[in-house]
Amino acid sequence: MSVTLPASLAAGRRLPNLWDLAAMICVFGALIAVAHVARGTLVPIDAPGATEISLDPMRLPEYAVRTTLRMFAALIASLLFTFTYGTAAAKSRRAGLVLVPILDILQSVPILGFLTFTVVFFMNLFPGQVLGLELASIFAIFTSQAWNMAFSLYQSLKTVPADLNEATIAFHLTGWQRFWRLEVPFAIPGLVWNTMMSMSGGWFFVVASEAVSVGDNTWKLPGIGSYVALALEQKNITAVVWAIVTMLAVILAYDQLLFRPLVAWSARFKFETTAGATADDPWMLRLLRRTRTLQLAGDAISRFAGALGGMRLSFASKPRQVATQQPSRAVDMLCLALLSAALLWIGYEVISFVSDKLVWWDVAEAVGLGLITLVRVAVLMVLASLVWVPIGVWLGLRPEWARRAQPVAQFLAAFPANLLFPPFVLFIVHFHLSADIWLTPLMVLGTQWYILFNVIAGAAAFPGDLREAAANFRVGGFLWWRKVMIPGILTYYVTGAITASGGSWNAAIVAEVASWGDTKLVAHGLGAYIADATDKGDMAKVVLGVVVMSSFVVLFNRLLWRPLYAFAQRRLTLG
Amino acid sequence: MDPCLLEVRGCRQAYHKEASADLVVLEDVDLSLREGEIVALLGRSGSGKSTLLRIVSGLLRPTAGEVFWRGTALTGPADGVAMVFQSFALFPWLTVQENVELGLEARGVARAEREKRAEAAIDLIGLGGFESAYPKELSGGMRQRVGLARALVVHPELLLMDEPFSALDVLTAETLRTDLIDLWSDGKLPVKSVLMVTHNIEEAVLMCDRILVFSSNPGRVASELTVPFPHPRNRLDPAFRQMVDDIYALMTRRPITAPKAATEAPVSPLAIPLQRVGTNLMSGLMETMAADPYHGRADLPALAAALQYEVDELLPLGEALQMLRFAVVEEGDIMLTEGGQLFVNADVDERKRLFAEALRAHVPLVMMIRQVLDERWNHRASAVRFRDELEDHMSPDYADDTLRTVIGWGRYAEIFSYDEEAEQFSLDDIE
Repeated sequence: MSVTLPASLAAGRRLPNLWDLAAMICVFGALIAVAHVARGTLVPIDAPGATEISLDPMRLPEYAVRTTLRMFAALIASLLFTFTYGTAAAKSRRAGLVLVPILDILQSVPILGFLTFTVVFFMNLFPGQVLGLELASIFAIFTSQAWNMAFSLYQSLKTVPADLNEATIAFHLTGWQRFWRLEVPFAIPGLVWNTMMSMSGGWFFVVASEAVSVGDNTWKLPGIGSYVALALEQKNITAVVWAIVTMLAVILAYDQLLFRPLVAWSARFKFETTAGATADDPWMLRLLRRTRTLQLAGDAISRFAGALGGMRLSFASKPRQVATQQPSRAVDMLCLALLSAALLWIGYEVISFVSDKLVWWDVAEAVGLGLITLVRVAVLMVLASLVWVPIGVWLGLRPEWARRAQPVAQFLAAFPANLLFPPFVLFIVHFHLSADIWLTPLMVLGTQWYILFNVIAGAAAFPGDLREAAANFRVGGFLWWRKVMIPGILTYYVTGAITASGGSWNAAIVAEVASWGDTKLVAHGLGAYIADATDKGDMAKVVLGVVVMSSFVVLFNRLLWRPLYAFAQRRLTLG
Repeated sequence: MDPCLLEVRGCRQAYHKEASADLVVLEDVDLSLREGEIVALLGRSGSGKSTLLRIVSGLLRPTAGEVFWRGTALTGPADGVAMVFQSFALFPWLTVQENVELGLEARGVARAEREKRAEAAIDLIGLGGFESAYPKELSGGMRQRVGLARALVVHPELLLMDEPFSALDVLTAETLRTDLIDLWSDGKLPVKSVLMVTHNIEEAVLMCDRILVFSSNPGRVASELTVPFPHPRNRLDPAFRQMVDDIYALMTRRPITAPKAATEAPVSPLAIPLQRVGTNLMSGLMETMAADPYHGRADLPALAAALQYEVDELLPLGEALQMLRFAVVEEGDIMLTEGGQLFVNADVDERKRLFAEALRAHVPLVMMIRQVLDERWNHRASAVRFRDELEDHMSPDYADDTLRTVIGWGRYAEIFSYDEEAEQFSLDDIE
C-alpha cells in the first residue's frame, strides 16, 4: 500500500519550505496579470490609453506580458481545435476524407495575408471594443499553431499500436477511457514537440498582428509588436533594441519555464520498450517536483485527470466486435456526391467573385511575382543549407557541442525574426542598397535555424559503427559527404528544410516590404504584392495573391519535399 | 462432467475479396471448453489459431457460426474473459500497479478495492516490490508477469493466452511456465479454465490437458489429443517424448487432398503460398543434414532441439526443401534426396545452377515472372501486378511473403533481377 502513496504525503514532510513561498509569489503574480489584461480587453476601443503605445522602456514588461498572454490564449484555442478536429479526422473515416486534405491546404495558406479581413470580421463581432482586435490577433496566432498540432494528433491516433488497442477492448475500456488511457498518452510526445514548434512560429505572428491597419485606420494593441511598429515610425533605434532585449528575456523564460520541463515530462509517454539514456531533469521540472505545495497541487490535478479519464463514459452501449465486412458503399457515394456539389458551388462563387474585379493580366502578374519569390526562397534555401549543413554536422558529431548547440538553435528559431528587421533596414537605407536583393535575407532570418537544429540532431544520431567503417576504409573529403554523411542525415535535413521553406514563404509577406520612418523599401515579389493589396484594402487582389502563394507552396511541397522525404525514408533509414 | 464454459460451433472466418473467392482463414471449427482444464490450440503460423482466440475473446465476430459463453451467444468481449498478449501489450506510460489496475478501473471498481486486488495479484505472480516500476525498466519475463497479473486481477473465469511465452528466451519462458502450472495445480489461480495458443509442441504437452492440432490453409482442427500425464510433468519421460514425436508426425503428415478438389481446374501458380525461407538457411540445413550425425536423415524434434529452432521455423524450411525436391519430410523425419546431396557437394556456381533448375521445375510462379520478362520488349515488369494477382488467391500478408520469397529465390538463382526502389522485375545483369 505504501508503495503507491505519493512521497509528499509521507508524515513529517508536509511543512512548507522556501520554494513554496517563491511558488506562491509566482502563481499569484500570474493571476493578477491575467486579471489586469482581461479587464483591458473589455474597454471601448477609443477609450484613453486603450490602444495607445508609449516608447517608455518601463512599459515594456507590461507589453511583454500582454503579448505572452495572447500567445497562450491562442495556444488554448489551438489545443481545443486539435482535440476536436484531429480526433474527428482520425476517428471517422468519412470525416477524414474531407478533413485531412483541408488541413493539408490550410497549412500552406499564408494567413498573414488575411489579417485585414479577420480584423474587420472580429471588429464587427464586438463593435467598438478592444476585444475584437484582441481576438483578431489571437486568431492570427491560432492559425500559425493549430494546423500542425492537429496533424500531429491525427497521425498519432492513426498509428496507435494494434496490440494495445486490443488490450483496451479485451479489458472492457469504454471509448472515453480508451481515448484518455491509450490514445492521448500515445500522442503526447509528438503533440508536445509540435506545440513547441508552433509556439516558435507563433511569436512571429503575434508581433506581426498587433499593429493592424484597415484602410485609413491603424490600431495598435498594447504589446511588443506594436512597440516595435511605433519605434519604426519614430525612427527610434534605442527603443528597437529595448524591444529585442525584452523579447529575448520573454522567450528565454518561456523556453526554460514551460517547454523544457514539458518536453522532459513528455518523455515518459514515449512508446519505447527499452530504457534509453535519460537526460537530467531541467531545473524547472526539478523545482516543480521538489516544491511541496506545487507537488500537492500536481497530485490533486493528476488524480482529478485520472478520475476524469477513468469515467466509464461510452457513446456506444457496449464495446463492439470488429466485423470484417466492408463499410457501406452507398453511404460513401452519397457523401462523395454531397461533397462534390459543395465544392462545385464554392468554386463557382470564388470564380464569380474574382472574375468581377480581376482580369487575366492580374493572374499573370501574380504568378510572375510568385516566380520571383520562388527564386528567392530557392536561392535562400540553397545558401542556408550550404552554410548550416556543414556546421550542423560538425556540431552534431561532437556530443559535447551538440548538447549545447541544440537548445541555442531551437531558441533562435523561436525568436521572432521580424524584430530583427529594423537593423537590416537601417543598413540598407544607409548604404542605398538594392531592396530586391538585400531584403531577401530577412525571409530566412528566422527559419534557417530549423535546418540547423535538425541537422545537428541527425548527425548526433548517426551510427558510430558507420563512422568507424568510413574511417577504416579511409573514406574522406567529398566522397565522405556524398556517400556517408548526407545520406545519413537526409531525413532530418528534409524535415528541417520543409519547415524552413514553408516559414520563408510566409515571411515573404512581411519581409518584402520594410519601412524606416517615411522611407519605404519594396522588393518585387508576391509577398509585397499581397502586402500592398492589403494596405489598399483590395480584397480581390489579396485573395488572388494568397491563392497563388498557397498553390506555389503546395506545388513546392508535392513536387520537391514530399518525394524527397519519401525517398529518404524508404532508402536511407536504417532498420 | 464439469459444466461447459464456452462453446464454438461451426465457426468460419473468411475475408471478403472482390472479384474472387473469399480467403478462408478458419473453416468449420468446433470447440468446447469445460471448467478445470487447460487447452492448447497448436498449429503453425497462419493456421488461424490466433484468429480463433480473438473470436473466443469477443474481439472479432466470426463470418459464420456461433460462440456461446455460459450458454448465451457472445456479442462482444465477455465479462469473465481476460487475455494475455504475445507482445505483452503493456502501457509504457503506466506503472506496473497502474497497468494491473486497468481492467478493474474499466469495470468501475472503487479505488481502495482496486489497489487491494492489484496488490494481491502482483504478489501472487511474484512481482512484489516492482509496483512503481515502469514496463521499460523490466526484463521480458517480468513484463509478461505484469501481463499475467493484469489478466488475473479481474478474476476471469477463462484466461486466454496468445503465444504468451514465444517472445521470451528459453530459460525465462520455462520458469514462467512452471510457475504458472504450480499456481494452477495448487488452485491459487483465480480462473476456472485456460485456453492458450502456441506453436511450441513441447509447451503444449508440458502445460495442457487437451491439445487441438490445427492444419493450415484453411485453418481446421486436424486432430484432438488428451494429455494423460499428471503435473508436474517431466520432459525427459519417454512417454512425454513419444507424445511430442507423435505430434510432430501429425503436423508433418502430407495433407490428404479432398476428393472433390481433383475434379476442379488445375491449381494456378498464383495460388501456392510460399513462406519466407532464405536460400542461406536452406543451404545450411542441407549441409547440416548431410554431415555427422545425421547422414541425410534426421528426426525433426531432435534436429529442432539441436539447432534450437521452434517447430514454426523448422517446418517451413523443410517444406521449402521438399517443394524443390531437395528433401522429403515424412512422419516427423526429414531426408535429403539425391538432388539435395548433389547440391551440398557443389560449388557456388553449380549450386546456383541446381537451384535454378529446381525453381524452373517446381515453382511455377518464378517461371511465370521470367516468361513475362522475356515477352516484354524492355524486359521489365512491375511487381505490383504480381502482388495483385497473388492477392486474388491469398491474404495480403501471404501475398507479400510469397512475393518476397520468390524475389529472393529468383535473385539467388539469377533468373531475374529486382529493383526494390521501382518495385520492378528486370533482366538487367542476367546473361
